[in-house]
Amino acid sequence: MSVSSAELLRQIKNRIDEIDPSEVKELIGEGVAIVDVRGSEEFATGHLPGARSIPRGHLESRIESAVPDRSAQVVLYCASGARSAYAARTLQEDMGYEHVRSMTGGITLWKDRGYEVEIPRALSAEQRDRYSRHLLIPEIGAEGQQRLLDARVLLLGAGGLGSPTALYLAAAGVGTLGIVDDDDVDLSNLQRQVIHSTQRVGIPKVDSAEESIHALNPDVQVVKYPVRLNAQNIMEIIPGWDVIVDGVDNFPTRYLLNDATVRLRIPVVSASILGFDGQLSVFKPYDGPCYRCLFREPPPAELAPSCGANGVLGVLPGTMGLLQATEVIKLLLGIGDPAIGRLLLYDALAATLTEVKVHRDPDCPICSRDPEDIRDDELGVFPDYEAFCAAAG
Amino acid sequence: MATIKIPPVLRASVGGKREVNASGANVGEVLRDLAASHPATAEQLFAADGELNRYVNVYLNDEDVRVLQGLDTAVGAGDTLVILPAMAGGR
Repeated sequence: MSVSSAELLRQIKNRIDEIDPSEVKELIGEGVAIVDVRGSEEFATGHLPGARSIPRGHLESRIESAVPDRSAQVVLYCASGARSAYAARTLQEDMGYEHVRSMTGGITLWKDRGYEVEIPRALSAEQRDRYSRHLLIPEIGAEGQQRLLDARVLLLGAGGLGSPTALYLAAAGVGTLGIVDDDDVDLSNLQRQVIHSTQRVGIPKVDSAEESIHALNPDVQVVKYPVRLNAQNIMEIIPGWDVIVDGVDNFPTRYLLNDATVRLRIPVVSASILGFDGQLSVFKPYDGPCYRCLFREPPPAELAPSCGANGVLGVLPGTMGLLQATEVIKLLLGIGDPAIGRLLLYDALAATLTEVKVHRDPDCPICSRDPEDIRDDELGVFPDYEAFCAAAG
Repeated sequence: MATIKIPPVLRASVGGKREVNASGANVGEVLRDLAASHPATAEQLFAADGELNRYVNVYLNDEDVRVLQGLDTAVGAGDTLVILPAMAGGR
């Protein structure tokens, strides 16, 4: 027995629920999943506000990550209401989605009614190719990639941690990378600082890093700060960045950075390394604890191995720096569970990752207060600030 | 016996070990047992008033003992204590 395509569509529409565009308009922004099942080129010409793109050919494989809850309200649409009807049948009968509806008349009728259409900024053909593996991930897609391209991330240091972080954030298409570092490339850096090279020993690290970043991805703008972050320049450098990556190697700067970022409400992805051990946490002001909640005071200089040269396994900053890069991308895209309120302890020799909880301290000298109450002269203050590294020799 | 994870900066004080065992019914007793076997750890863990130094955190399994009962927090035989001094170093 054969049926015409018109008859098949009529039969399918009898088995599914449809919804008029006027009702869909009321559902936008109400937590209903609106899914565009057209091809990605059609989606790029304009779509319903807040809609996600899952081309019908990928529907079965991608719908679960976009809409994990089978009882969620789902509205599907296409150009005219045919492809979305077939897609609704699949979700309802084959995959067990309980509340699926197909929008009558598709986006054509939607536009005829004069309802709002969102036109995504288009990635260039080269960008679609370069970032194609991101575009295939539903959590990123073209919208997420555009968000990365618009993002501004400041890296404190183009050293052990900053090298891998900068390279991978550049590769991922984070549009603007700031780098604060006043050092020149030294031969002893190259055991771990993979953004630099033997030919570039002796040149400023910010210049060397910029060269590697542009060679990898010319989309990325590099803003160079060949200075050491301190109390005099911090409020000129850090405002306006979306996320700060902390790879600083000393306690005074770490406390200064904490206090200033709490005041400006900028999230910090922080890591530190020593020998075979690494630590990582995300400090998102007022959503979680700050660095002073974790450690109210720095250790005395003789117990703080941060001021002089210490040994570190060359690959360890790679491991920790890439965990930082991952957390940065999660924060920028608003996906997953960033390590807020958690400290991860990586032991390379044991190959273990231990996690401990970090709580907001209700008596924290910084983040228990409103940001506008934190004064300039309080930033980075702790006992023996001046004497700190001098005492360590 | 509880297991204590030793951070890098304290390993020289315990003969280079990454983990040691110590006995005691609560966190304070376990840490004092550690300090008795490895005296160099004492000044790094405890302030003059006998409390933990502010720059050292101690976790019972994954929880900060300061949000439990501090040094009086009960410790069971299979528990792990993590000693965590602040650490910096990114170069």
